[in-house]
Amino acid sequence: MANKAFSVSRLPGFSTMALLVFAALYLPILMLVLYSFNSGKSVAVWEGFTLDWYARAWANQQVKEVTVRSLVIASCASVVATVAATMAALGTTRRKAFKGQTFIYVMINQPLMVPEIVTAVALLIFFASIKVATGYQGLGYLIAAHSAFCIPFAYLPIRARLEGMDLTLETAAADLYASPWQTFRRVTLPLLAPGMIAGLMLAFVTSLDDVVITVFVKSAGQDTLPTYMLGQIRRQVTSEVNAISTVLLVLTVVLLTAFFFLTRKKD
Amino acid sequence: MTDTYAVEARDAVKEFGQGAGAVRALDTVSVAIRQGEFFTLLGPSGCGKTTLLRLIAGFDSPTSGTILLDGQDITDLPPNRRPVNTVFQSYALFPHLSVAENIGFGLEMLGRPKAEVEQRTAEMLALVKLEAMAGRKTAQLSGGQQQRVALARALAPKPKVLLLDEPLSALDLKLRKEMQGELKRLQLETGITFVFVTHDQEEALTMSDRIGVMSGGRILQIGSPREIYARPTNRFVADFIGETNFIPARIRGGAAHLAGGVELKIGQSRADGAATLAVRPEHLRLVPQGMAGALSATVSHSVYFGTDSHVHLKLLDGTELVARQQTDPDGAGEPKPGAVVGISFAPGAVQVLED
Repeated sequence: MANKAFSVSRLPGFSTMALLVFAALYLPILMLVLYSFNSGKSVAVWEGFTLDWYARAWANQQVKEVTVRSLVIASCASVVATVAATMAALGTTRRKAFKGQTFIYVMINQPLMVPEIVTAVALLIFFASIKVATGYQGLGYLIAAHSAFCIPFAYLPIRARLEGMDLTLETAAADLYASPWQTFRRVTLPLLAPGMIAGLMLAFVTSLDDVVITVFVKSAGQDTLPTYMLGQIRRQVTSEVNAISTVLLVLTVVLLTAFFFLTRKKD
Repeated sequence: MTDTYAVEARDAVKEFGQGAGAVRALDTVSVAIRQGEFFTLLGPSGCGKTTLLRLIAGFDSPTSGTILLDGQDITDLPPNRRPVNTVFQSYALFPHLSVAENIGFGLEMLGRPKAEVEQRTAEMLALVKLEAMAGRKTAQLSGGQQQRVALARALAPKPKVLLLDEPLSALDLKLRKEMQGELKRLQLETGITFVFVTHDQEEALTMSDRIGVMSGGRILQIGSPREIYARPTNRFVADFIGETNFIPARIRGGAAHLAGGVELKIGQSRADGAATLAVRPEHLRLVPQGMAGALSATVSHSVYFGTDSHVHLKLLDGTELVARQQTDPDGAGEPKPGAVVGISFAPGAVQVLED
């Protein structure tokens, strides 16, 4: 009998290891979702099925307020980040390679690499001086901060899309009497749109669940959904937080699924 | 026919890169293409033919020299302001637009009224026989259909000159033959000047009114397919187009002197000195050895092709030749390997090359 080719999947314990990893990843989430339907107060003892926690979270005025705030910040930040990322991606792909291009990439992707806590402290100090100088206390600081750290998340799918685009299409548009602006508007932008939407959604999700920077930057009474939940859990772990988390989880899964379908290569 | 040319390049030079590393893709090229002509730029890859096309389209600007369209200097006009359209090698159809929207794109960009755009689009769809496909996305079409859309899109704005960059190279052989005829038909029907780039000599010979043969960034010879094939002026052209035998000779007093004391009258007046004679294989005749005015050669082997056979021969000085002979039904006239034969050729079939 011929020797079987070496295969990593036949190593002893490989399947066990894989199962353990999956369990570690998904068991806690499963528990979270399960106990959001638990009729008892405990998050450790199952007492029966209920939708009470969802109803309660829905009726909670504070939850409504922080959710709206989170959505406002995430919407504004993801739009600003997508516009900035689109311009950055065009600037780094639609021209000849230049000196220091790698440096520019690093600069744009800086929020992915610098520890978030460092950015948070820096923003706290920076915004504090602006607050003193202008007296402005509004949501603008949170939107600005979120926009900044969302840019790389929007930039990566947009750049990937631009790099995969056939440059001859833009040449062809110019050949067919399209001005540079018409070429951008009628050819580049429509072809770029899936990448931009993907970037927008990634940025949105990233902004929606940020805690570290938000905690440092927010003024009093500017809790977002994640920082509110953190505050609640500090006092007492309730199934209401489980219910909210489950809704967030569903929202994220829907967005990321849409992201997957949009960025999937079409044949 | 007007007395201005459709397209002219005057001393066009294109260099890529700068300083010592600069590559000269076009080396002082001048060419004048007539109105309504099917003009082919023929050459191997890297000869500069596509570069010249891109200069005419305006995608690149020449390092020096001028490009004229209808006698007007367009060297500094951007591509969207030149009444010239291109059929790209990759077709470059807009994937997010339908077939009809692709074809109407140029006219729409020119700001023509909607009714005119629609009418012209319908005309073009009929011209390339794709009426049934108007609403389809281009990705749903076959290669040949995409090719037709690319043609219709480029012809729709009625350009003064249509540029075609190896448009048939992505098609299979049968479809390519079909599209060759189709292209020629479109050119005759529209009367538009076609500038066609190809590396395929057969394509160039069958379709063109005139051919410019390019190599190393220069145009080596311009002429009708017949002139290019029968009267090549230099070794590259003779070798690149069809098969050719090269025979070293010495020109003296208006005649070519070949090895073995054979003398040939030549039609062209040439300065005395060393030269190379070019003779097509179909113009070599095998005759009995020792016939007056015939070269002596030894048969190496012959290859049977059906309608004809290629007889490989060796002259006394080692020069190798190929003669193409019509075959007999019974194979009686086939020369045997090792046989010594004579070779003769009509003086008109011999071309004296420049090099």
